[in-house]
Amino acid sequence: MLQASIGLRLGDLDLAVDVEVADGEVVALLGPNGAGKTTVLRAIAGLIPIDAGRITLDGRVLDEPGSQTFVATAERPIGVVFQDYLLFPRMTALDNVAFGLRARGVTKSEARARAGQWLARVGLSDQAHAKPRALSGGQAQRVALARALATDPRVLLLDEPLAALDARSRVHVRAELRRHLASFGGARLLVTHDPVDAVVLADRLVVIEAGRVVQAGTTAAVTHHPRSRYVADLVGVNLLEGRAIDGRTVRLPGGAELVLADPLPGPEVAVALRPQAIALHREHPAGSPRNCWPATVTDLEADRDRVRVQLDGPVTVAAEVTPAAVAELGLAPGVSVWASVKAVDLIAYER
Amino acid sequence: MPTDVTPRRRATLRDRPPAALVPLAVVAVAFVVVPFVALLQRAPWTDLADLLTEPVVSDALRLSLVSAFAATSLSLLFGIPLAWVLARSRFPGRSLVRALVILPMVLPPVVGGAALLFAFGRRGLLGGPVYDGTSFLLPFSTWGVVVANTFVALPFLVVTVEAGLRSADRRYEDAAATLGAGRWTVFRRITLPMAAPSIGAGALLCWARALGEFGATVTFAGNLQGRTQTMPLAVFLALESDRGAAIALSLVLIAVSLVVLVPLRDRWLAV
Repeated sequence: MLQASIGLRLGDLDLAVDVEVADGEVVALLGPNGAGKTTVLRAIAGLIPIDAGRITLDGRVLDEPGSQTFVATAERPIGVVFQDYLLFPRMTALDNVAFGLRARGVTKSEARARAGQWLARVGLSDQAHAKPRALSGGQAQRVALARALATDPRVLLLDEPLAALDARSRVHVRAELRRHLASFGGARLLVTHDPVDAVVLADRLVVIEAGRVVQAGTTAAVTHHPRSRYVADLVGVNLLEGRAIDGRTVRLPGGAELVLADPLPGPEVAVALRPQAIALHREHPAGSPRNCWPATVTDLEADRDRVRVQLDGPVTVAAEVTPAAVAELGLAPGVSVWASVKAVDLIAYER
Repeated sequence: MPTDVTPRRRATLRDRPPAALVPLAVVAVAFVVVPFVALLQRAPWTDLADLLTEPVVSDALRLSLVSAFAATSLSLLFGIPLAWVLARSRFPGRSLVRALVILPMVLPPVVGGAALLFAFGRRGLLGGPVYDGTSFLLPFSTWGVVVANTFVALPFLVVTVEAGLRSADRRYEDAAATLGAGRWTVFRRITLPMAAPSIGAGALLCWARALGEFGATVTFAGNLQGRTQTMPLAVFLALESDRGAAIALSLVLIAVSLVVLVPLRDRWLAV
């Protein structure tokens, strides 16, 4: 159980954030750039001391300015997967993974043997002697994960683990990361600015803005009931629960079917869909895209240059369009439209 | 019909220099090359073999190489820790220490040699008590040459390595710490390898400076053949008496410098 109550001033950032992560739980710290997410992670890892508050792990105090307690980074049982992964460039993948064991006094041959087992677990045995620059983004992430887990930490911290990847490999690596995270029993805290990463990977969300927690709760609770416009914008991802009926098709409870670009991860899935990815049409769109359904507008909510459109029908979702599109399509409550979404914009994960 | 644009042609066209730069660059090259040509033209090629086998030459060459390598080793041993402290830790008076460290770079070497004499000479600040206790005397010994060389060459290493440490990505050190590495392990396994290019460049500059050292050496260590007479000292002395020998010595020094500099330059000094 990780309990962090962090008060810290760093430049313009005034951080006051409380986070708790239980064993076996994945918590996502979600917020825009500059909100202080990475600073929270660095404080928990001991890379930056806090000014006020207390960080404890399983009841042991790691950092408490009030009692002059500070446990050095190297002494904390905490593994970190950094943004850009930070694999040591002059060492092979195997030596990267063995580094932590060597630093903790394990003999060279023993460390290498255990590192080899970790690489096998993440499916990279054949890359053991490759230098980091020869690895793809997804492979580098798996080496970073193996390196962080090889020292058997109690807590795993991940800083924007998918930000360094291109859109193509992201979907695949995200699904794989979800699988690997599930195999680690300790507390996991993940920092991201991407709501899709957060809902796919985490059990609970902690949304922060300018150094303050603005909402915290289970993924479903936060995405379905955002307490503020800010949270709605940030985590307003449509989550649709359904059953797989074949390798790439999901049937929703209302009977509508959605076709995905990637194979489904299991029989019971949730599909994440960004409001911006939904296109609205007055007529049935030409060329008949596979994911297309009739809908009725129930509500319009304008915010700056975007309008959030609540849709009812076989698929209950929120779409986001420009004011110009609202005028062009004549959108108003009660109006019937067609909604469509590309298969690649649907991201499924196992429930 | 498009012409066949090869990469070489593309590079040539793109990197064509402004016309005004070319003659100035040619003058710069000529300025460096002409003295060497003059030296070669005056070289006593027929007697060269005899001149080079004289003990004056072999003694000076051996002493120059030994003292330059010793000075580089000492500079690495003490300079890397100093560079780390200057780059990473904060303490009052740090900018003053940094200024003092690079002082030998701008100071006339003769002044440096005199200062060393007042510090380590028979009646020097430190040399006096040491001499009274052990009758060990640093000046006018081979160790004196090494000390003089180190004094003038150390700043080149410190400045280069400090810059390298400042530009290194410290997040790798953070990553090592989260993996359980203590400060010494982080320094040895992460910081040093990251700083390796700047350490190499610094050592090269340091070695080159030590090899050519004249002023501080002659002031502090004197000019004794076989003990303190390095190549530059031997050249200077020979110019007075035996011009042919001076040229022969110079050619050896140039050859040694080229042998070391040419293969290493592209590796460590290329920017």
